[in-house]
Amino acid sequence: MKQLFTFIRKEFYHVFRDQKTLLMLFGLPIAQIILFGFALTNEIKNAKIVIIDYAKDRASAQIIERIEASKYFEVDKTLISHREMEAAFKEGKIKMALIFPENFNYNLLHTNSNQIQLIADASDINTATTLTNYMSSIIMEYQNELMKENLVTMTIVPEVRMLYNPQLKGEHTFVPGMMAMIMLLICVMMTSISIVREKEMGTMEILLVSPFQPLMVILSKFVPYILISLVNVTSILLLSWLFLDLPVKGSILLLYSESFLFIITSLALGLFISINAKSQQSAMFISLGLTMLPTLLLSGFMFPIENMPLPLQIISNIIPSKWYYIIVRSIMIKGSTFVAIWRETLILGVMTLFILIISLKRFKIRLV
Amino acid sequence: MNAIELNNLTKTYNDGSITAVDHLSFDVKEGELYGLIGPDGAGKTSIFRMLTTLLLPDEGTAKVNGYDIVKEYKTIRNIVGYMPGKFSLYQDLTVEENLNFFATLFGTSIKENYDLIKDIYIQIEPYKNRRAGKLSGGMKQKLALCCALIHKPTVLFLDEPTTGVDAVSRQEFWEMLGRLKKQGITILVSTPYMDEAGLCDKIALMQSGKILSIEKPQAVISNFNEKLYGISKGNLYKIMLDLRKYEQTVSCFAFGDALHLRLKSNADDNVSNIKMYLKNHGYMDTEVKEILPGIEDCFIKLLG
Repeated sequence: MKQLFTFIRKEFYHVFRDQKTLLMLFGLPIAQIILFGFALTNEIKNAKIVIIDYAKDRASAQIIERIEASKYFEVDKTLISHREMEAAFKEGKIKMALIFPENFNYNLLHTNSNQIQLIADASDINTATTLTNYMSSIIMEYQNELMKENLVTMTIVPEVRMLYNPQLKGEHTFVPGMMAMIMLLICVMMTSISIVREKEMGTMEILLVSPFQPLMVILSKFVPYILISLVNVTSILLLSWLFLDLPVKGSILLLYSESFLFIITSLALGLFISINAKSQQSAMFISLGLTMLPTLLLSGFMFPIENMPLPLQIISNIIPSKWYYIIVRSIMIKGSTFVAIWRETLILGVMTLFILIISLKRFKIRLV
Repeated sequence: MNAIELNNLTKTYNDGSITAVDHLSFDVKEGELYGLIGPDGAGKTSIFRMLTTLLLPDEGTAKVNGYDIVKEYKTIRNIVGYMPGKFSLYQDLTVEENLNFFATLFGTSIKENYDLIKDIYIQIEPYKNRRAGKLSGGMKQKLALCCALIHKPTVLFLDEPTTGVDAVSRQEFWEMLGRLKKQGITILVSTPYMDEAGLCDKIALMQSGKILSIEKPQAVISNFNEKLYGISKGNLYKIMLDLRKYEQTVSCFAFGDALHLRLKSNADDNVSNIKMYLKNHGYMDTEVKEILPGIEDCFIKLLG
């Protein structure tokens, strides 16, 4: 017991004396949340939009005037065909298109209601949502003025179409994804590097020629990173609550327990990598390749899994961060309870156990 | 009783294409200071790693304190002290923290075995709050020795402990080994420095995984059985090249500020003959005299 304590204390020395790494460990999650948070909440200025005005009447002119007056949009009024518009979207030249139907004013005055079509590029969800909201509020304002003038109820319905990502998947889900990424980054990379460092520096050689138990080394490597990760979970949750207005809807205790499980998964992965890596650099690259990329691409965090080709959908199942991502999203955003996520938890738990057992069995008691 | 026994011990690398240790057998008696002497690549480190149970031998067996290095590796790991060739302590931990860590690792404390390391530790104690990575080469080795000793091992394995250490520290280090020997600790030490060989009780001269000879250092020298001539002053490099062309020459090597020359015969007039030969080649004021051989001369002779 005293040995384990000494071991753990030694690991804390390693962590706290490497100040650059320490800064990264605690600073990274904060920096990322703030960066992403600003990208999410920052207002958009001078977004390029195109207005296709088939009406060219009083009402459409008045609305366009208001749009041009706002600082959010940079308006192009050239009349283009539908196909040209789509090409412009694909090339990223425009963020949104606004289409007035023919006889806009006439229909509005006679039927007291009309529609304007808003087409937004939803591959960038945040921008698309913000832009359509701005646009809708401008139209709403105009509609209210009309009502005051004419003393009749008039409704202009902005018909919104989100190109490329109609369901707006991914909105507000970057926080769960970020949690998965940060824990992977810290736990997988730092544990694998710290174990490989013992090999590279030759200290593993001395440790082996001593009565130490492999389990003791592993446990003591785990403890500091578990603590750091829990601190990071807390700071991410606090930041997303304070800055992004995204509080945890479900049980905080459940969220922490699930995070703890995922931390252990990540640590086990780090241990597994360290057994096969020969140098700290290769440990780092394997960690990045084996965790960061699949998490970004296949966990559903960046790209919806349902839209992937079948082979990739199948592969995504063996990525632990996919399950953790689903769990956190459910708890944070939907407010789910354990009943809703027990299956994901079980899968994650079995994966963790599997990796841990393999790693422990393959832990080398001699030099190769 | 033998503290260490090697029996046809063999280690190969790269699927057998490189033989690092080739059917080696030798015994180290309890309390002996035993030296493995040989150039880089002789297989010294492989022997150490097998004896400390870090590597499995491909053939043969070995015992440390009567325990088999393969089957009873756990027992061996408890009782031996090992200092690898490369400095292998935690560079970001202080001197004291390193020592404390290794003491606890073996279930003991600095206090308990302070007597054993006192002589050595006293020299690094002023720097006990300094990080190990910031110590000088000699200090590092002293600290590493302390860490290897802190659990009072019965056998101490030191792989090239003085490589890269200044001459004064090297001498101090060997004085410490002498004191440890007096405490009854068996020490197996390797070194590429021939001058250190004379300080061992017994030395095994190694080359390419094989042992060329095992003797007491004095015996190695007395077995030389040949006269050796030292030549100094003048342009030694040119003289060496010319002497190698001399018909009587067996070998001629530079040793610091002198050349060591072996001749085919041990005739008494060799010195004057050499002087004559050198004069004929235009070297006027060289100094030629008969000298006593060192271990290195014996080693070169053994290599043939």
